[in-house]
Amino acid sequence: MGVKLLLDKAHVEGIRYFDVYRREGGYRSVEKALKEMTPDTIVEEVKKSGLRGRGGAGFPTGMKWSFIAKPEGVPRHLVCNADESEPGTFKDRYLMEFLPHLLIEGLIVSSFALGSNATYIYIRGEYAWIPDILEQAIEEARANGFLGKNILGTGFDCEIYVHRGAGAYICGEETALIESLEGKRGNPRIKPPFPAIKGAWDRPTVVNNVETLAAVVPIINMGGEEYAKIGVGKSTGTKLISACGNINKPGVYEIDMTISVEEFIYSDEYCGGIPNGKRLKACIPGGSSVPILPANLLLKTAKGETRYMNYESLSDGGFATGSMMGSGGFIVLDEDQCVVRNTYTLARFYRHESCGQCSPCREGTGWMEKILKAIDTGKGKMSDIDLLWDIQRRIEGNTICPLGDAAAWPVAAAIRHFRDEFEWHVLNPEESQRRNYGLAHYADAREVVA
Amino acid sequence: MVKFSDDKINKVNEIIARYPEGKQKSALLPLLHLAQEEFGNWLDVPVMDYVAELLQITPIEVYEVATFYSMYNLKPVGKYMFEVCQTGPCMLRGSDDIIAYIGTKLGIKPGETTADGMFTLKTVECLGACGYAPMMQLGKHFREHLTKEKVDQLIEECRSKAAQNN
Repeated sequence: MGVKLLLDKAHVEGIRYFDVYRREGGYRSVEKALKEMTPDTIVEEVKKSGLRGRGGAGFPTGMKWSFIAKPEGVPRHLVCNADESEPGTFKDRYLMEFLPHLLIEGLIVSSFALGSNATYIYIRGEYAWIPDILEQAIEEARANGFLGKNILGTGFDCEIYVHRGAGAYICGEETALIESLEGKRGNPRIKPPFPAIKGAWDRPTVVNNVETLAAVVPIINMGGEEYAKIGVGKSTGTKLISACGNINKPGVYEIDMTISVEEFIYSDEYCGGIPNGKRLKACIPGGSSVPILPANLLLKTAKGETRYMNYESLSDGGFATGSMMGSGGFIVLDEDQCVVRNTYTLARFYRHESCGQCSPCREGTGWMEKILKAIDTGKGKMSDIDLLWDIQRRIEGNTICPLGDAAAWPVAAAIRHFRDEFEWHVLNPEESQRRNYGLAHYADAREVVA
Repeated sequence: MVKFSDDKINKVNEIIARYPEGKQKSALLPLLHLAQEEFGNWLDVPVMDYVAELLQITPIEVYEVATFYSMYNLKPVGKYMFEVCQTGPCMLRGSDDIIAYIGTKLGIKPGETTADGMFTLKTVECLGACGYAPMMQLGKHFREHLTKEKVDQLIEECRSKAAQNN
């Protein structure tokens, strides 16, 4: 069993309620932070911990916090990004549903560190039952003196409000989220200015993912240096992985980033292998926008080294032969799955979610969807494959926000690694409607080794 | 006439108070949710105009938001809306079959409503339940690990609920 810092109490009965959570040691970090530490020393601890943003970008949290501007007389805000919408990702939902007080605790400490007296949780609209859970936790925390005016007699005031979105992936991008919080369409802003200088209502704002803010709790409790000892290299602490697709045990797992991808997929402690004795074909290891990898490159790097479940190892080889940790949305495809169809559904997703501001993304995502649909349904041409490559290349890097990149990468990686499957669809339009291409040369690395 | 009850007006004021003074427009998304629940599960133009009035913003500011987000219904929908996810992770676990099955069973295509106004079938993009696929949103909650048998049960459940309410 690996180290667990976030989910260690997830199965304690009644942990959703304050009394049980408190009895299990909850809210100690608030007492420590507000009574024994200053905002600056908290930021220092988070820096020492090496914590990186758990929403997908992996930016160092302590550094992000240190950027917040502190102009005299201007309120600052912390906003929790609970707009979890990256296909394959459902870890924040799990945290909020089963451990709401862990998030509230992390929010109080982080609000104190950043000087936020009004903190917002921006939650995706479809998680419609979760605001009730969070609001109950907020009320309980308030009733016990951990929220409201003069928290624990320290003079610090803090309110937490839940703000429900209404269905828009783009609002997970922090400036789109801020626009949406202000009651507007979720159109990302041009940066600079960054939210740390001019965010919600033009005030200095920090936006952090749910899991990131929950991780502040163990960091304060154990100290940043101890936290940094868990994991490897720049992948410190633990990470929640939401595993789905063709595996025996889909779900949310907390890993300490030292386990191999192979162990994660096949061990009974985690995914439990692939159902019905099927073989592994491919995997999208960090949410739908990161490059898909064929089995042979997933389990071992191009250099033949074991690939591990951490930031550095998953990206080993760059986009040519590697992928990314991303949000931790781990999607497994077995030998019966069609990479063309899977890529088509993702292209459709990004077309649906493009905000429409930048023409490369607005137009390009639609073109990619149309072409992929044609290939998937046996109506594609050989030149379409090069056209797809060309379109994704022209979207990447040419948009205000990373949605363009997120739409381009899955298409690029699918063609890079599975071009023969696309060609087979074009050359065998009828057969491709009756059966899947299968494994071809993307053999399960385990069998090759054996 | 489109008007919230006093109870709901209190809720509206409570929501507006969550945001900085003068920034009441921030309450737009929550208020549109409230209005949709209250006024027949969709946002007719008079409803949007009413929300604009409550927030002292122009109607266009409401329209442009209502048309941007996928959860606001801009035309009437059935009493029960089956919002079935069709994105990659659900597709890998058979969502195509589930969508086709519901369509056949109810005699409608995605985007359509049954003639009796009971059911709407809508395909949606990733709802964050990939580990419990295939799935749908039904009202406030998710229905997960869908099978054809579960779909049959759900349809029955909705029909008997509707019969009880009549």
